[in-house]
Amino acid sequence: MRRGVRRKVCLPMSKSSSIKPPAALEVAALNVYFGQGSERFQAVKDVSFKLEKGDSFGLVGESGSGKSTVLRAISGLIADWDGRISTDGVVVPRHRNKAFYRRMQMVFQDPYASLHPRHTIDGILSEPLKLHGIKDRDAKVLKALDDVGLGKSFRFRYPHQLSGGQRQRVAVARALMLEPEILLLDEPTSALDVSVQAEILNLLNDLRRERNLTFLMVTHDLAVVAHMCQKIAVMNRGEIVEVLSVEQMRKETPKEAYTKELLTASRGYDPDFFSVA
Amino acid sequence: MTQTSKIGLRAWLDAEVPNSRLHATAIQFYAGWLKLLANPLAFIGFLVIVLLVVCAAFAPLLAPHDPLTQDLGARLLPPGSDGYLLGSDELGRDIYSRIIYGSRITLLIVVLVAVTAPVFGLVVGTFAGYMGGWIDEVLMRITDIFLAFPKLVLALAFVAALGAGIENAILAIAITAWPPYARIARAETLTMRNSDFIAAVQLQGAGTAHILVRHVWPLCLSSIIVRMTLDMAGIILTAAGLGFLGLGAQPPLPEWGAMISAGRKFILDQWWVATMPGLAIFIVSLGFNLLGDGLRDILDPKKSKS
Repeated sequence: MRRGVRRKVCLPMSKSSSIKPPAALEVAALNVYFGQGSERFQAVKDVSFKLEKGDSFGLVGESGSGKSTVLRAISGLIADWDGRISTDGVVVPRHRNKAFYRRMQMVFQDPYASLHPRHTIDGILSEPLKLHGIKDRDAKVLKALDDVGLGKSFRFRYPHQLSGGQRQRVAVARALMLEPEILLLDEPTSALDVSVQAEILNLLNDLRRERNLTFLMVTHDLAVVAHMCQKIAVMNRGEIVEVLSVEQMRKETPKEAYTKELLTASRGYDPDFFSVA
Repeated sequence: MTQTSKIGLRAWLDAEVPNSRLHATAIQFYAGWLKLLANPLAFIGFLVIVLLVVCAAFAPLLAPHDPLTQDLGARLLPPGSDGYLLGSDELGRDIYSRIIYGSRITLLIVVLVAVTAPVFGLVVGTFAGYMGGWIDEVLMRITDIFLAFPKLVLALAFVAALGAGIENAILAIAITAWPPYARIARAETLTMRNSDFIAAVQLQGAGTAHILVRHVWPLCLSSIIVRMTLDMAGIILTAAGLGFLGLGAQPPLPEWGAMISAGRKFILDQWWVATMPGLAIFIVSLGFNLLGDGLRDILDPKKSKS
């Protein structure tokens, strides 16, 4: 409720003056392409959105809607894009530099694929510190393990000795090693067991509150979005169909027909659909 | 005193939870050692290689005769003759002593080829696979050109250009042996270049060299090592072939392959002259093969004790 009020106050200010700090992450007219020459395919069309510091923003849509592609283009994993991406009002360079990576990190979908199978947890967590020349690594690794709810006994284990949930905790710890302000979450729970999903989501929520992180989260699971985000953007065929608040989503009062369809589909079994006269 | 420290060491190596990087590495090595002990065939292979190294290191102590001294009065003696355990060759040299000294040459060939060809192939293959695009095209076409030549013919050409001798033969073998490693390394790299753990380290700001050395190489290494141990027999034989053609080890040197070539003339009447060095090559090649097979399991942490 309070949040809604604050936003109403913010809106005219951003139009009239520059007192307001620049958005933590702003994406404007983003187009992303795959392939080359005549095979070139536009996967994301004219996507724009804005995250204030501390926001948790969800990108939802069915498979192939381009939501993960948006994330990968922002992080720099996909090179073929145009448009404007800026963090704290600064346009990010086409070739991402180390300063960018210290500000923004990503948690991947599948914790079974995102951790190097031959590196110990210690190696995985201390690597970003080494790459950025950060001292006092031992203490930082132990603290990071503690922060994500893993004991120091996990430190020298290999990923295959951990469960899926524990691995995802390691992946979250790794993303936080460089103390970023923005975290990109690419379906962080979809590869996990239902019982573990809530644990990871709560962990992420706690970390966001403690460290005032900004989340950009991609998911196809509307329940996850409802738990994590304040605002969501619905994507379909590479375009943002509608941006709505979580309250609107819960009340199921979207403007667009596609959003309505998606919300209905997320309920699973729909009696109306099957009650053919 | 020694007993307690031994128990302490065992406990330290058996610890479930390591408390330092060194400790974790030690535990890993110990687990690998246990794994080797548990695999009898691999352990036999390991023993053969150890035996080869011991023979090479202590050749003057183990050999009863000088490998080069000729004694025409004692030529072509059968195995078991007085003082000639494995018989003597056409110039009256003790075959046993020559095999012992020949292990030095074999080891030299194996080590030098093993530290050059696979490493070069690994560098070329992973770089090509990781970079993709025109770099991949250029490097792989060069690899194809090397692959298209018959190995021995290419080695012959190199030796002919560089001059005869065991060092040049080794160099020629290394130059002709790297393309398969480059192919394997590239194939392995292609399977992982788009994986999430590579993307994750890219997002930490790692450069290409760091990603290749720390992330791609460890995953290519086991297939490279297995291929390498399986190639060793072929490498020893190529060296022997070059020696036979007069372009490898030069005559008085007790190189196993050259010894077989020399014994070829007497194969029907004095079978041992060619057979004994042949057996040595067979045993060493088998040892490498057995060890290579076991190493594949040992190098995979998924199969170590968890």
